[in-house]
Amino acid sequence: MSEYAVRVNDVSKAFLIGLKETRKETLGAELLSWFRSPRKNYNTLKRLNTFDHIEESEDLFWALRNVSFDLKQGETLGIIGDNGAGKSTMLKIISRITNPTLGHAEVYGRSASLLEVGTGFNSELTGRENVYLNGTILGMTKKEIDSKFDAIVDFSGVEKFIDTQVKKYSSGMRIRLAFAVAANIETEVMIIDEVLSIGDADFRKKSLEKMIEISRGGTAILLATHNFLPIQAMCKNTIHLDHGKIVNYGNTNDIVSKYLGDMSKDKARQHWTLEDAPSSDSIKIIKAEVLPVTNLPVIRAGDPFEFRFEFYNMLDNDYDINIMFHLTDDYDNLIFIGSTTLTNLKYRAAKGFINVSCRIPENLLNHGKFTVNKLYVLQGSEKVLYEHSNLLVFEITGDVEYEKGKSGKIDGIMKPKLGWEVSSKKENEVLV
Amino acid sequence: MKNTTVPKFVIESKKSRKIIDLKELRYYKDLLYFFVLRDITVLYKQTILGILWALINPVFQMVIFSVIFGKLASIPSDGIPYPIFSFAGILPFNYFSQSLSSVSLSLVGSTGIFTKIYFPRILIPLTPVLSKLVDFFIAFLILIAMMIYFNIYPTWEIVFLPMLIILMILTSMGIGMWLSSLAIQYRDVKFAMGFISSLLMYSAPVVFPASLIADKAGYTVYLLYGLYPMVGVIEGFRSSLLGINPMPWDIIGMGCISSVLLFISGAVYFKRTERIFADVA
Repeated sequence: MSEYAVRVNDVSKAFLIGLKETRKETLGAELLSWFRSPRKNYNTLKRLNTFDHIEESEDLFWALRNVSFDLKQGETLGIIGDNGAGKSTMLKIISRITNPTLGHAEVYGRSASLLEVGTGFNSELTGRENVYLNGTILGMTKKEIDSKFDAIVDFSGVEKFIDTQVKKYSSGMRIRLAFAVAANIETEVMIIDEVLSIGDADFRKKSLEKMIEISRGGTAILLATHNFLPIQAMCKNTIHLDHGKIVNYGNTNDIVSKYLGDMSKDKARQHWTLEDAPSSDSIKIIKAEVLPVTNLPVIRAGDPFEFRFEFYNMLDNDYDINIMFHLTDDYDNLIFIGSTTLTNLKYRAAKGFINVSCRIPENLLNHGKFTVNKLYVLQGSEKVLYEHSNLLVFEITGDVEYEKGKSGKIDGIMKPKLGWEVSSKKENEVLV
Repeated sequence: MKNTTVPKFVIESKKSRKIIDLKELRYYKDLLYFFVLRDITVLYKQTILGILWALINPVFQMVIFSVIFGKLASIPSDGIPYPIFSFAGILPFNYFSQSLSSVSLSLVGSTGIFTKIYFPRILIPLTPVLSKLVDFFIAFLILIAMMIYFNIYPTWEIVFLPMLIILMILTSMGIGMWLSSLAIQYRDVKFAMGFISSLLMYSAPVVFPASLIADKAGYTVYLLYGLYPMVGVIEGFRSSLLGINPMPWDIIGMGCISSVLLFISGAVYFKRTERIFADVA
């Protein structure tokens, strides 16, 4: 038996994209071109349909370019990248839906592709009929579905409606049933695109847990997604695709951090020279940044982190200084105001550089995008010396507690660690 | 992990040499079964008359033909009552034309499936060719009822009937593979199907006997006419079931030749183009 599940060797995929047609100037020319167009249309369509003679041309678009990677038996590999990076094309090639223009790929063993859930679902048919139809489309035999049927229905939670036409289902029920079929396939290789981000939070968690179970069962999984949580929970290694090329490959946490870092680095760290720094009459801002205090390059939900600011004070006389900022979320909700005035301590400012750091404790903020929306430098507690809007934008990523089997992505702005106590007494003891 | 030998699939830009991979088709037979079952189940859903439509349509056609062509135009019917003569033609022809019109749109209508998952694409045109047989066999009951009513009994040559049915399916599949793969690349096929249907209809010996061609244009033309496979099928139906003429083996033979050619060329063309279906869909 081969040690590999999937081998992709120098695969490229080109598409011919139809270029914009030239417009005729006069009505006569336009009419004439209609009669000439069948031949032209035929040539265009014919050209778009053939890939046998690939020559470089203006409307040749390379969706993938010289991509190679291996997936070993039983391993899980993630693929991340922006929209249009070539993730889906890659998966379609490995799924044998479309052919590569150059290069070749090998798949060892039966494979199941979940590029969407519920492929071939027919709303006129009942849930039961759709389970069989969708299951066989995914490559199962009738016998296999017979033996898995109860597990499928059980996982979907729609047993009451299994003999009802699917058109009477809610969209959630449809998705649950469809995913239940997919989750019960037994294959050597599974190719998944984005389907772990459907349904409500509960169902997402349930389906991710199911996928982790499948991968522990020895199925090799190739997973492309925008959502880093499943990738971080399931994949040891990850590929970062960009414009059809592999730009990065390695340990998932590193790749995801770097990918996210690339995305948000311009606003998570601001730096000016003394000459061009934004300034008021009295204060210049030199530096503002948000830093993780763990040894990871990203900040995960619940992690402690630090804001650091550096100012240049131009006033000659020493004074009491206070710093204050507003932290908002993606929807401009004020999360909290951080202020030195709340510490009951006095901070003195002299002429020259002032370094400020503010530590955000652990177990405070959940995943999401946050903004340091207002920053004030105050003389005393009232007089505003300097103010800066929209200073920093940074991202807190989902955590990886799924791996430990705990609940993972929880909604909400905060992720506090609460002090719980639960006590119980046997009823008869109370009565005595 | 199972210890059976693991099949290896190689994905590359080259064309596969096999025209029809029977081993793979056998593996996917359950999928074909559920595709056909879906077509049959869905067809008459949310109708009042349901499966009765499979009876009503051919019966009305027969009535119209009997009045217009049998009574008004007095077209000869080889000496048997015109209604049963025309019905023996309507029966195989309706199967042929219905399966062609749904097979031509089969690929275009399933893009949502085959751009998301791999299975042998040939199953898509094969499905309507098989599922339309249900209507065919239901309408067959009417023919049996009419035979009893008109006191017409089949000859021993009825043993050849299954062969004629196979020829009819083979022809539909052959043309179907051409039409479906052309239609996914060039949507012109959708618009052309209207007149192709009526062309096929009027050129088939549904409302007139093929012997009319032999009488009017001579044997050579009659033989060439037989290259249209439905000619042999329809005349074969009339001979084996109604026993009017001896089996017209000459035109059936001609039909077999062109049908096999259509089937092989259709399969080759389908195979050659199927690797771009997902890209052009």
